[in-house]
Amino acid sequence: MAYFSLNPLWLSYFTATSSIGRGLDQTLAALRQRRAGLAPCAFDTVDLATFIGEVAGVDAVQLPAHLADFDCRNNRLALLGLAQDGFAEAVRAAGARYGAQRIGVFLGTSTSGILQTELAYRRRDPVTGALPADFIYRTTHNTFSVADFTRRYFGLTGPAVVVSSACSSSAKVFGSARRMMAAGLIDAAVVGGVDSLCLTTLYGFSSLGLISEQACRPFDAQRNGISIGEAAAFALLERTPEHLDADAVLLLGIGESSDAHHMSSPHPDGRGARMAMQEALKMAGLRASEIDYIHLHGTATQSNDAVEAKAVQYVFGSGTPCSSTKGATGHTLGAAGGVGAVICALGLQHGLLPAGLNTRQLDPTLDLDYVLDNREQPVARMLSNSFGFGGTNCSLVFARAN
Amino acid sequence: MHTLTASIEGIGLLGPGLTDWLSSQAILSGQRPYQPHKTVLPAPALLPAAERRRSCAIVKLTLATGLEAIAAAGLDAASLPSVFSASGGDGENCHIICEMLASDDRQISPTRFHNSVHNVAAGYWSIATGAMTTSSVLSAFDASFGAGLLEALTQVVVDNTRTVLLACDTAYPEPLYSARPIPDAFGIALVLAPQRGAQALAQISVNLTDAIADRFDDAALENLRIAIPAARGLPLLRAIAMRQDKHVVLDYLDSTRLAVAIALC
Repeated sequence: MAYFSLNPLWLSYFTATSSIGRGLDQTLAALRQRRAGLAPCAFDTVDLATFIGEVAGVDAVQLPAHLADFDCRNNRLALLGLAQDGFAEAVRAAGARYGAQRIGVFLGTSTSGILQTELAYRRRDPVTGALPADFIYRTTHNTFSVADFTRRYFGLTGPAVVVSSACSSSAKVFGSARRMMAAGLIDAAVVGGVDSLCLTTLYGFSSLGLISEQACRPFDAQRNGISIGEAAAFALLERTPEHLDADAVLLLGIGESSDAHHMSSPHPDGRGARMAMQEALKMAGLRASEIDYIHLHGTATQSNDAVEAKAVQYVFGSGTPCSSTKGATGHTLGAAGGVGAVICALGLQHGLLPAGLNTRQLDPTLDLDYVLDNREQPVARMLSNSFGFGGTNCSLVFARAN
Repeated sequence: MHTLTASIEGIGLLGPGLTDWLSSQAILSGQRPYQPHKTVLPAPALLPAAERRRSCAIVKLTLATGLEAIAAAGLDAASLPSVFSASGGDGENCHIICEMLASDDRQISPTRFHNSVHNVAAGYWSIATGAMTTSSVLSAFDASFGAGLLEALTQVVVDNTRTVLLACDTAYPEPLYSARPIPDAFGIALVLAPQRGAQALAQISVNLTDAIADRFDDAALENLRIAIPAARGLPLLRAIAMRQDKHVVLDYLDSTRLAVAIALC
């Protein structure tokens, strides 16, 4: 495919809320203190022996009255995330600056508000089988719900869409936003991802034997599966202005590919993952040696980590520092790409290569410079991987302005 | 105004009473009456046997429409990026999972879980066609056709590449049907290209607009357009079927629609 090289896009504001903290300060502090957010699963009525990364206080979030129809765990988590770090104020200011119709909304989610439907199915009419009258599909369960909620919350009227390609969703939103901005349809974009705990993913990953009964251990020799988490991560993307602070964060490259191999197993040689990383570097106009750190997808299943290691080695060799932060946050699925983007942005601004947690003995067969202790050092450029079910891959390259 | 221009090189169509693009043109142009009957989904011959057994309605639907469009364009599916746009994933599969999760036995099968993801059609598509290209998998509720068309057009215009748009929806059974009444499976596929080549059927130029979306005079076709999100693209296909240069307005978000200028090739 003929890519035009990317005019860098500016992440003028960004924020993340996950089990390790609300907003940037808590997230950075947790990373610096190597604090994980995983705990034994006590979610709803789930009877699986596993650890999850649950965000505290989601149930207490109240949606504004005029958006009450959108009330569900996923949109509560979205609102909790939007309220951090002055992000909502920044979006409103951008709306005033550019016009409501000139800002797009591109959000990733895998399961949206499906928990609402799972709960409604427990309350079906015993005679007719009907769902309860208070169940509203459009504004809760439907995949678009979180983007629809967000655009209405801000009164934005530009193009809006949800990307739902499983665990690559909120990385791929950066690609959709880039194209829409380059085509001139919008001047700025709210991008990110929101995914929340539900029974479908907990029991679904369990059915595949991919859930660890402990806190997940990416790249450990004894790793045995994922810990599911939830998160809301957002960024405001704008064209790069002439003058930027030295620690401003830019998106330099995006690479997207498909495995064409299997619904839930990665290509054994990591061909799709390789292609995504190579395309991202190409668009960024960078050599592999110019990347200072790789934020790995690193889900902690046997095959995912092995294949990602193979693909990283193919593109970068064994010398580039890398780690997965899923030992801290859990795998936040459709929000994972957005969380990865924010962790990279924090790492670039604060000179932090975050350690991978829970990894006691690195898998000796995976020859990588896997970061087990935080490294505080100047960092210029990072790459973040997001790979998902259905063989969907996306890599993003971020850099400091100076 | 920013106009996005692309050539349509191939069309695929499957839905209630519409068995393919070739035979549906006379219906859409008003030369033959529209007689709705349940959508018949062909077996996905291109999938390996194991995947064929596991595939669900939305997979069969998109393989049928996508391959029809790409064959008409004379292209290799493996070479094309893709855009899948649907209001939701496979409806029947979603219902069965929710039913199981509300029961005493929550052990859903791996195949059920595979088929629950919104990108199940995109995943099987890449396995069937061998396409390692990028695939954007979207939802915008009733605006899904418009959102998919915009995404595909920005791929064509910005990345200077051909792409295939697969707009698709499948029915929800009760009790979800009462909450989201999509009555049947329906899909449109379009191969879009940056250049106006020899095989181009029409060139389209698309803007955002405040104008109201075009409707069908025929009540049954209008019902179809309203009932299934992917069918919001039918006024575009009608214009091409009528072999006339036309302006149509396609439904999109409540705040904005898509104005499409169609020039036949």
